[in-house]
Amino acid sequence: MSAQLTLVERKPGYSKGLRVLLYGFLTTLALAWLVPVGGAFYASLRPYGETQRKGIFSWPDSLGLANYRDAFNQGNMSKTFFNTAFIVVPSIVLILLMSSLMAFAVSRFSFRFNVALLLLFTAGNLLPAQVLFQPLFQFFKAVPWPDALSDSDTGSLLGTKIAVIIVHVAFQTGFCTFVLSNYMKTIPKELNEAALVDGASVPRMFFQIILPLCRPALAALATLEFTWLYNDFFWAVVLLNKGDERPITSSIANLGGAFFTNDNLVAAASMIVAMPTLLVYLILQRQFISGLTLGASKG
Amino acid sequence: MSNDTLSNDTLTTAPLPKRRRRRFSQLSRSDRIWLSLMVGIPTTIHVVFVWLPAISTTVLSFTKWDGLKLGTWQLLGFGNYWTIFTVLEDKLFPALFNNLVLLVWLSACSAVGMLLAYLLDKGVRGTAIYQSIFYMPVVLSLAVVGFIWKSVMFSQAQGLFNLGRDKPIDFVGNADKIFTLHLPFLDNPVGLSKNFAALLVAMAWRHIGYVMVLYLAGLKSVDPSLREASAIDGCNEWQSFRRVVFPVMKPINVVVFVITVIEALRAFDIIVALKEPVGTSVMGVLVKKNLTGEGGGNVGVGSAYGVVLLVLCLGFIVWYLVNHYRENEL
Repeated sequence: MSAQLTLVERKPGYSKGLRVLLYGFLTTLALAWLVPVGGAFYASLRPYGETQRKGIFSWPDSLGLANYRDAFNQGNMSKTFFNTAFIVVPSIVLILLMSSLMAFAVSRFSFRFNVALLLLFTAGNLLPAQVLFQPLFQFFKAVPWPDALSDSDTGSLLGTKIAVIIVHVAFQTGFCTFVLSNYMKTIPKELNEAALVDGASVPRMFFQIILPLCRPALAALATLEFTWLYNDFFWAVVLLNKGDERPITSSIANLGGAFFTNDNLVAAASMIVAMPTLLVYLILQRQFISGLTLGASKG
Repeated sequence: MSNDTLSNDTLTTAPLPKRRRRRFSQLSRSDRIWLSLMVGIPTTIHVVFVWLPAISTTVLSFTKWDGLKLGTWQLLGFGNYWTIFTVLEDKLFPALFNNLVLLVWLSACSAVGMLLAYLLDKGVRGTAIYQSIFYMPVVLSLAVVGFIWKSVMFSQAQGLFNLGRDKPIDFVGNADKIFTLHLPFLDNPVGLSKNFAALLVAMAWRHIGYVMVLYLAGLKSVDPSLREASAIDGCNEWQSFRRVVFPVMKPINVVVFVITVIEALRAFDIIVALKEPVGTSVMGVLVKKNLTGEGGGNVGVGSAYGVVLLVLCLGFIVWYLVNHYRENEL
């Protein structure tokens, strides 16, 4: 017993010198890690002329939120923020609904195509988006859509948020199904059988027994998907490149001129765009990380 | 009751797959309809909007089409592939080379991430804080990462990397090659441009934390008695990691490897957000550029690029699936 105890204590066992070295290394690295974001934040508070003259890492003459105001207005961010919200929220709801239904059917009931379907979903989620977009582009262009219901007035689904929502739902359902089915497999099978014996129907089993038990996994996936969809750049570029339905990620690109870019303005815009995901990460860190590792480890 | 057990016995003698299917037919009619819908709707959406486009792209890569009007395509056979591998070799191979460099680079970053996770797992005080800091860049989009690095670190006028330099370096506007490689079948050498190297640094900032978090979870799931056993057997730290801990984390290793490869092949955001600096072309950007160029673009050639990318990805996807599902269900 005592031998075991000393062995357990050996795990952190470094000599004092090594410990100092380890902490020194980690702390230096951590500080270096903060420099880009910290620097962007610091620069965003200062006028461009001043940092031009004195460099970014100097004592400030004036601090203010002028860059934020300008970035917000020039990047048309009140509009693009709304666009992003309109894309992200319905997408997440639909993705989680679809994938939990699918995962429930695949993991709680055995039928012939179980594994084949999971393979299809997992593989589909790993396909490069660049390979998919041209046919989707043509498809959305061919589907008529009344201009009254969109801001981009293309006469078709192309350039509307709906097109992006559809793509997100189709694409992300793969990953979430994979994670949720792994999670549902850890719920005892006896629950199913008991429910069946008690005469519960399949929808009831899903909504009243399994779904409430999946709340931690759903919360984790929701946080993860929020950052992914919020940060999406590719589909915004190829499907929303014309028109007024562009999301927040594209509004920074509007700030840079052809010959001159106000770096501090870009920094402020970056901070504004990064804010929601950073906040979600800081507040819901546990869900965030468990979502990632749920997907990575096998249930 | 005895009748019941009897019939049950006869049931169990049936081969296993049949019994499995019977469980589905045991359900009531409405339940079966429900289940079919539960599977059918998501599957249909997924197949129609993910797999069908992937197949269509493959088909389009064998045609000539300007992408403007449906039905005006002409069958071309392997013509587009011939074009991209010969006439356009100066576009394809530099892009492929950049993807390869990125893959090697991100793999090295994955190793660093693993090292960080290993150090943090050693009972370091304040692990949570270190973890939050290293992981933070992962929640930023690569587009934002690009802008932050460009405006704060690389900026010619005031960037950190240009601090105290008399002649500022234009990190993201310099197409000079750091090294070049002459390939026998190419007229022009491929190489790593300074532009791309700058982007690599920014991408590492994001990738290392991602891998670190995955490995931290993996290390926590390693049974401590394994380490003890290896310590009793006289393993030193490296041997115990190399021979015991690392092999036990195989599921995480597989996931990290796939993430690294797919990220390297899919790379797009940071390059397009920074307006595609010279010498930073990668496959993903090449595909997009050819498909949305002026005048509708050349769909056939763009799709052929896409298929090259798809084939590269599919190889790893299949490898991953075999690895994952062989141990789980099959």
